[in-house]
Amino acid sequence: MSLLNNSDRSRNLVFYFQVHQPRRLRTVRLFDIGTDSGLFDDQQNQQILERVAASCYLPTNQLLLKLIKKYPGIKIAFSISGVTLDQFEAFAPEVLESFKDLAETGSVEFLGETYYHSLATLIPGHEFEIQTLKHTELIEKHFGKRPTVFRNTELIYSDDVGRRAALLGFKGVFTDGVARVLSNDKSPNQVYQHPTEEGLSILLRNFILSDDIAFRFSHYSGLTADQYITWLKDIPTHERVVNVAMDYETFGEHHKKESGIFQFLENMLSGIASDSTFKMLTPTEAVDTIKPQAVLDCPHFVSWADNERDLSAWVGNDLQRDAFETLVKLDSSVKALNDAETLKQWRLLQTSDHFYYMSTKKGTDGTIHNYFSPYPSPYEAFINYMNALTDFSVKLDLRKSLLKPVKARKKKAKSLLEGLTA
Amino acid sequence: MKVLMFGWEFPPHISGGLGTACYGLTHSLGKEDVDVLFVVPKLHGDEPTVKTSLINASAIPYKTIKLNSPDINIDSKKENKSAVNTIPSDSRKQDVKPSTIYTTNTGDIISVKEEDNFTYIEIPSGLSAYRAPDFEQHSSEVNHWNYSFGDRKNNSPIESNTESNTSSELASKASQLTTSADQTEAQETQPQEHINSDNAIEESDSVKEVTYTFSGSYGANLLLEVERYAQVAEEIARRFSFDVIHAHDWMTYPAGIAAKEVSGKPLVVHVHATEFDRTGDNVDTRVHAIEQRGMQKADRVVTVSEWTKRIAVNKYNIAEQKVCVVHNGIIPQKKQKVEFKSPLRKAPVVTFLGRVTHQKGPLYFVEAARKVLKEIPDARFIVAGSGDLLPAMIQRVAQLKMSSHFHFTGFLKGNDIQKVWKMSNLYVMPSVSEPFGIAPLEAIQAGVPVIISKQSGVAEVMPHAITVDFWNTNELAESICSVLKYKSLHKTLKKNSKKHIKGITWDNAAKKLNNLYHELIEQ
Repeated sequence: MSLLNNSDRSRNLVFYFQVHQPRRLRTVRLFDIGTDSGLFDDQQNQQILERVAASCYLPTNQLLLKLIKKYPGIKIAFSISGVTLDQFEAFAPEVLESFKDLAETGSVEFLGETYYHSLATLIPGHEFEIQTLKHTELIEKHFGKRPTVFRNTELIYSDDVGRRAALLGFKGVFTDGVARVLSNDKSPNQVYQHPTEEGLSILLRNFILSDDIAFRFSHYSGLTADQYITWLKDIPTHERVVNVAMDYETFGEHHKKESGIFQFLENMLSGIASDSTFKMLTPTEAVDTIKPQAVLDCPHFVSWADNERDLSAWVGNDLQRDAFETLVKLDSSVKALNDAETLKQWRLLQTSDHFYYMSTKKGTDGTIHNYFSPYPSPYEAFINYMNALTDFSVKLDLRKSLLKPVKARKKKAKSLLEGLTA
Repeated sequence: MKVLMFGWEFPPHISGGLGTACYGLTHSLGKEDVDVLFVVPKLHGDEPTVKTSLINASAIPYKTIKLNSPDINIDSKKENKSAVNTIPSDSRKQDVKPSTIYTTNTGDIISVKEEDNFTYIEIPSGLSAYRAPDFEQHSSEVNHWNYSFGDRKNNSPIESNTESNTSSELASKASQLTTSADQTEAQETQPQEHINSDNAIEESDSVKEVTYTFSGSYGANLLLEVERYAQVAEEIARRFSFDVIHAHDWMTYPAGIAAKEVSGKPLVVHVHATEFDRTGDNVDTRVHAIEQRGMQKADRVVTVSEWTKRIAVNKYNIAEQKVCVVHNGIIPQKKQKVEFKSPLRKAPVVTFLGRVTHQKGPLYFVEAARKVLKEIPDARFIVAGSGDLLPAMIQRVAQLKMSSHFHFTGFLKGNDIQKVWKMSNLYVMPSVSEPFGIAPLEAIQAGVPVIISKQSGVAEVMPHAITVDFWNTNELAESICSVLKYKSLHKTLKKNSKKHIKGITWDNAAKKLNNLYHELIEQ
């Protein structure tokens, strides 16, 4: 009862940051197909990871650790993809250690997602479940706790995604607070309930307040923490929780140190922590303490990407759709081979970023796609991906044929015979 | 017999068939005892040794009347960067080992390389007919695949880097220099020569010598460079003696005309391609006008095929008897051993190799591929080349869900092309309008049978190829299926075409040309 009273007066805030770096592909030329070189440009991946570790992950983690020790009220959540955690382990173990330090404070929560930051949601069968559980295990291994709140790749969500997450044991799920979902004057600043899964709460990202930092920080001539806190306070008190979420790389990478982003983060978090009208919660605390206000229906896919906030960032054009379908078609033959390395590669090829680079959108969205892409154009991204995929399937076929030695031998004998008689 | 020949490119610095053709022709003309003075906008220093004189136009000073402008010295040593090749021509002079060196009063060195009856003359330039940055770099810049003129929006980043702050000021000075230049034209096409207005030359109000540094590429300043090339040609025509003038393609027609006006010698213009081939009916009227004037002023028009002759007659209104067909040849290649195993294993491979532009009919190739896949589901298609239609081509392929059957390589050269031939079972050239088309012959040399469009000149000399109308994708698809399915057909085409190709030589072309030259001087 006292808890409810308390939260009636205070504004609840949830902050979560997405940490993701894809395994970028190497340049695969037609002539390289079938040769021994690997699929990924791990030299480039290591370089990028080290750069972002130095500009963002390490300094921001350090800052957060310092602030959490000073203000125990600060609560932060992260969603770190499995692809990224594996790269931390391989290329920058000190980053992984610094996340573990944060985990030990007890004020930091790690969210569930697909291991490969993939579009598994769109693949028929159980890829989604398999990859999510694989990620859950990894998080538990590194940080000692199984995630209880789910955040799908780039906030891709629908009723069905919610249902599947609930079946996997999650009690909360994040998606974007987009207008399409929020019919009848619903506010993004409330907790909602899944239409069929009673035990699943839905948290909506307040994209305006999130993008004020993520995209517009440098547009305002020096956005101050005070100004930002004022905006948070403008939200009426009957709205129960404000979820602010963005790429973790916002701090120090998208906005460089010189922009004052770190100072902003420090001032904002300490300002909120020392203001008794605010209460910071982890996503799980939000789900546990705030009763859903209404049911939220979401029959169609939404996401946090582009103006459309749908799947068009990844499967919006013919290039993306054909590449994705070609990948999906390999499902059964990959699984029939039953080889862990092959399966892993196929899943790494599902990472959403590969498709994001192929977007031919123009305007602001196009600019953002370009910013992230290692390719000069979507066409090069597509050609390279298809070459990589061909390389993968050529090797897949080769391994398959090795599995059938008897049949292959017969075939060889037959062709030899034909050669003799010709 | 001495011929003053104007070209635009010369191996190995080529981006189309023109350079190869010029090399083949001049080489064989040498055997006919024809002395060739070959003028190119720019010598790079690594041109092959041929019995030709190559003249570097960048090094030829020409006289111009000084107008009411501050003293201007165009410094040819400050090379502009728009050229495909960035090696300054002057620094390569020593490598050329010229046998004759002229020094001008502006301190420039002109090199003329003479070997037997062949002299190279180099003219620096910023010109070329096909915009081909993809020749020197990998195909990663989709936006810069085709040639474009002084349209600022289309300036490539490389070129805009070299623009100085006062480029429009420079342009107006340059236009004052170019005595016959269209003023507005010159302003549109930003000159990239660096003009040191401080570096005045002593003469005050008289004749002075200026050299232009040409880039010799096909960049945004193409039209301006074509104009300047003509001015330099005038000076060359005064300095050298010759019997006939021979100009290759539109970039050199004004030069040919200028040389003819100075010398009174007969002019042959050689049509390797027309604006109609390159652009369909979206012709650039400026290029068209230059072509028109060149063919009119010429004493004889040489076309590379009957197909192109018909265009000269029908679209440029040139009298039929003035046009003479001289088919291209092909330089015999030693059989190249390529150590390469196709990654596509046993799948039948059909290849499109060439610029991905309207002229080459890439979208007909895609439509045919769709039909082929219904018959031969494991067929693969290689698209080697780049151009402004590549994005559209990729999109169409993806839309038809054929991406896993298509392999786009971007622009290729050298050994990579040999690898493509090694992977290919069949080469298809569905060109909408192809004056000649050397690529099918190269495929045949490499042992790959070909299907070519009836709208191509090469069809006139290659009976052992299947020909179809470019628009008839049903017939094209059927022909592809037949060659892939019927081994005997494949084998016969390959064998016969390879045998027949031995007769398609530059020697034959040179003989015809030599006869033509003699006819002209006897008139």
